[in-house]
Amino acid sequence: MKLRLYATLALLFLHAPLLVLIVFSFNSGKFTAWEGFSLRWYAAAARDSQLIDGLWNSLLIAFASAALATLTGTLAAYGMWRKAAPVLSAGLYVSLITPEIVTGVSLLALFQWSFRFLHLQLGMHTVIAAHVAFSIAYVSIVVSARLRGYDRSQEEAAMDLGATEWRAFFRVTVPYLAPAIAAAALLALAVSFDDYVITSLVAGVDSETLPMVIYSMARKGVSPVVNAVSSCVVVIFGALVLVSERLQRR
Amino acid sequence: MRQWFLLPARLWTGLFFAIPLCIVLAYSFLTRGDYGGVELPWTTESYLRLADPVYLGILWRSVWVAAVSSLLCTLLGFPLALFIAKSGKRKVFYLQLVLLPFWTSFLIRTYAWIFLLRDTGLINTVLQALHLISKPLPLLYNDGAVLAGLVYNFLPFFVLPVFASLEKMDPALLEAAADLGATGWRALWRVTVPVSMPGIVAGTVLVFIPCLGSYLVPDLLGGGKTVMLGNLVQNQFTSARDWPFGAAASFALLGVCALLAALLLRNRQIRSVL
Repeated sequence: MKLRLYATLALLFLHAPLLVLIVFSFNSGKFTAWEGFSLRWYAAAARDSQLIDGLWNSLLIAFASAALATLTGTLAAYGMWRKAAPVLSAGLYVSLITPEIVTGVSLLALFQWSFRFLHLQLGMHTVIAAHVAFSIAYVSIVVSARLRGYDRSQEEAAMDLGATEWRAFFRVTVPYLAPAIAAAALLALAVSFDDYVITSLVAGVDSETLPMVIYSMARKGVSPVVNAVSSCVVVIFGALVLVSERLQRR
Repeated sequence: MRQWFLLPARLWTGLFFAIPLCIVLAYSFLTRGDYGGVELPWTTESYLRLADPVYLGILWRSVWVAAVSSLLCTLLGFPLALFIAKSGKRKVFYLQLVLLPFWTSFLIRTYAWIFLLRDTGLINTVLQALHLISKPLPLLYNDGAVLAGLVYNFLPFFVLPVFASLEKMDPALLEAAADLGATGWRALWRVTVPVSMPGIVAGTVLVFIPCLGSYLVPDLLGGGKTVMLGNLVQNQFTSARDWPFGAAASFALLGVCALLAALLLRNRQIRSVL
């Protein structure tokens, strides 16, 4: 019984901060004392052009990078399942344990160095390139987990019946992997939409993302508008992740 | 044929992960340029500067903060993992509860602590309303706030491997301990904890690694006072514009993280709970 109490407290510690934040986003007052229910901060957030621009940039980056990362990561997971690729899989593991700030500054160094030869600037494309790079590992982990239960003979049957290797992959393996691919895509969307540290280093003036706007607002002090935006993001994320988990367990 | 499946990932990871790291490695052995860039000659001076007492202090502080965070995660996470492992059919539900906040925005989870801890934050407001304190407690912008943020963000990294090792434990072991006269606590210390040790070690290291390299939490909750390695790297690459030194600090940080992860993966028992 003591264990149950202790575990409840630990779960409370994990959930209370966000729940409190969501509750107070509906507070009509500007301060932390409860003054009544109101949607005024949500209305204020919807009128804030900086937030709206950030949201569009974030969505565009998240969808583009998730699409590319899902494709690349799925193909890689399949290739590594067929036969071990030690260098690539080691690289993906290292990318997972590398501190974000190190990944970020190294990408910044690459871009600044290569822009001496190319007529390019930091912008949406550099952010998307960076997001794809760190999302591939997540995608390939999720897809690899599903491949572990896959029987190669299904593909071989297709090939015996005259399908080429590519055709067998797309008509037999991909449908089998579909739930994992969908889950991986949602995960890639979430990690891209969430990222602040790497994005802030490789973004240009025209590619400020929602987390960057939230960060600069949070830096200036707590504003109820940030609470409202944060609550929306948390709820949407929570839903995305729950769907992703459902799909993975199919 | 298989090569074509691997090609896109190889290209992308090579171009946007491996090559950038190589560039930073090269920078770490170059000299700082007059206008902030890098210049020849090659030198190991940036690495030697890491041994300067100021930077050793930052290194020590990062290790200390990461170690205390891991310890706090153990104290909070072990009973939680034990509870989940014992909860039968509701296991999946509880595991989801642990993981759910982890996947919701890292930035927003950290911001939530500013909301709780600042002078006009929830904790101070409630304590003042109850007349327990007359002026706000300085809760934000110190080591305590950084530790709270790190433990809060990385607790799931500890709970999952411990849960995995507890789940594999044979319940007959506890019955045997009870038959031989062990009380609940004694069985916990002499049976459950040793059996789940691979999970505890894995969890501790999995919390330690991201805490050591954390940037956002000390930046937002430490208020510039708690400078850790991650903040040092960011600072050298942006405002201080000493790229070789920032690069050397990056590699020192990455080296420690990679070494710890490699040690962890070498042990077969630990690998099985990851």
